[in-house]
Amino acid sequence: MTNVSETTESTPAVAENKPSIIVDHVRKDFLLRKSHSFKEAFIGWIRGKEVKAKKFQALDDVSFIINEGESVAIMGYNGSGKSTMLKLISGVLEPDAGKILIRGRLAGLIEVGAGFHPELSGRENVYLNAAILGMQKEEIDKRFDDIVAFSEIEAFIDQEVKHYSSGMFMRLAFSVAIHTELDILLVDEILSVGDAPFKEKCRAKIRELAGQGKTMVIVSHDQRMMKELCDRGIVIKKGKQVYDGPVADAIEVMQQK
Amino acid sequence: MTTVDLSEFRTPGRGRGILDVFRWHYLLRLLVRKGTQTRYRNSALGWGWSYVKPAAQFGVYYVVMGIILELHRNIPLFAVYLFSGIVMVNFFNESFSNATKSITDNRALVKKIYLPRELFPIAAVIGAFIHFLPQAAILLVVCLLMGWTPSLIGLAAIVVAIVIVAVTALGLGMFFGALNVAYRDAQNFVEIIQVFSTWSVPVLYTWHMVADKAPEWLFNIYMVNPLAAAVELFHRGMWRPVAERAIATDGGELFAGPANLWLNAGIGLAIAVVFLLAGQAVFRRFERRFAQDL
Ligand SMILES: Nc1ncnc2c1ncn2[C@@H]1O[C@H](COP(=O)(O)OP(=O)(O)OP(=O)(O)O)[C@@H](O)[C@H]1O
Ligand SMILES: [Mg+2]
Repeated sequence: MTNVSETTESTPAVAENKPSIIVDHVRKDFLLRKSHSFKEAFIGWIRGKEVKAKKFQALDDVSFIINEGESVAIMGYNGSGKSTMLKLISGVLEPDAGKILIRGRLAGLIEVGAGFHPELSGRENVYLNAAILGMQKEEIDKRFDDIVAFSEIEAFIDQEVKHYSSGMFMRLAFSVAIHTELDILLVDEILSVGDAPFKEKCRAKIRELAGQGKTMVIVSHDQRMMKELCDRGIVIKKGKQVYDGPVADAIEVMQQK
Repeated sequence: MTTVDLSEFRTPGRGRGILDVFRWHYLLRLLVRKGTQTRYRNSALGWGWSYVKPAAQFGVYYVVMGIILELHRNIPLFAVYLFSGIVMVNFFNESFSNATKSITDNRALVKKIYLPRELFPIAAVIGAFIHFLPQAAILLVVCLLMGWTPSLIGLAAIVVAIVIVAVTALGLGMFFGALNVAYRDAQNFVEIIQVFSTWSVPVLYTWHMVADKAPEWLFNIYMVNPLAAAVELFHRGMWRPVAERAIATDGGELFAGPANLWLNAGIGLAIAVVFLLAGQAVFRRFERRFAQDL
């Protein structure tokens, strides 16, 4: 169990490696609210009904520290809270208790092509998405050719994205994310659409990034791939962290249940 | 054992509010461009729509207010008076409603990637401003044909008017945009406010008609509301110079401008800034729950 003290500027840490993500006793609740309008809220209030919605605990007291250059797999069954964890790390959601600290530039791929606009061309979308991931124009200009080359869709780059096949779409989106100037990469379930050669290429690229000391957190149900890409696995079961250790053992823990 | 310097760390998902525009200016530019590029895609008239709507509005108001209610008798160059007001009110209505819808319209992004969410309402207001430009250009051409010449004070009035409207719309838009995520019927308030903004400013009538009917304290409140102040400034900048010219050549009478034009403008601007600060505060409070409520 890790502990981050609130008061001191510096605290003792694990090994000699510098942490890049600190997750400290994090809890996340979702309110299962039914009323989505003033009208319903008002009627509920008039009837004297308790407006308080039912709570659902998606994550319960999760703690871990991920060091710089580590690649970590988060595993668990559907609905166990993996995506929620990544959203918390990326800042899309806020924890209800505990805290999360990160160091460096972060690119979160909670879903491929979330920022893609179907009416814009591939080229325009590359710029838009790279900017959404925090890049400036000059950086994008410099990397544009690499991005397109990696995705292998040069011929279609000036076509509107709505005419892309889902694989092409994913290739371009993944390519943008992987070429951002980043220190931390969060990947959620995105390699599932690509064909085998492209998957292999992505795997190589992810390993290359890991080699450069980038920190990676990957969510996937593909255990073979996780084993190849990650050194460490964290297993989440119904919102509770049940295992944190070498990836092979984590997979075993997964299979036991 | 080593120590970790926590000062290098940051909490994800905490921005600096509207001040983040400066760091994210490139993305803001792309968001604005995306909005303007895709606005009229696949429509026959394209950007022509931005002329058709105000033209239709203008036609209706001109016939009803000008001809049937005979306002053009009291107001020299009533057409210019009316159009300059409509352009301003449209700018407000459009930026306000777009800003309010901006978060729900961009839900795909808000739910999945963290970026300062203030960018969306700001991009909406800038987009509405770009949309306002062709209308303003028509107004300017008409005024130029009637002998409008720029003056320092007139230009200052125009710029301050635009700033007041933009700041008010952004503040209210952030406020209702944030509410709109939790309560989808918040948009109904927007429509009500738009009705008010059209009828509660001296666009379809003149300020002294209000002065005649309302007690003084009420009139004073009326005149410092940011939109009324902005519309009067805009009249001062665009319509009054040409109206004065027309009177000089054709004779007739021109009613005086409001007594405290610049004082009203100052108070109106201050109120607009208060709206902006309040909007930002509410926005920040609600922002934490955007991703899970959408
Ligand atoms: N915005 C939300 N509002 C309410 N409940 C939510 C919300 N987002 C997630 N949940 C709930 O939280 C739980 C965890 O969801 P999450 O998406 O993290 O699962 P997951 O581990 O990623 O599953 P999968 O393997 O299917 O991707 C689910 O039960 C889901 O219903
Ligand atoms: Mg998931």
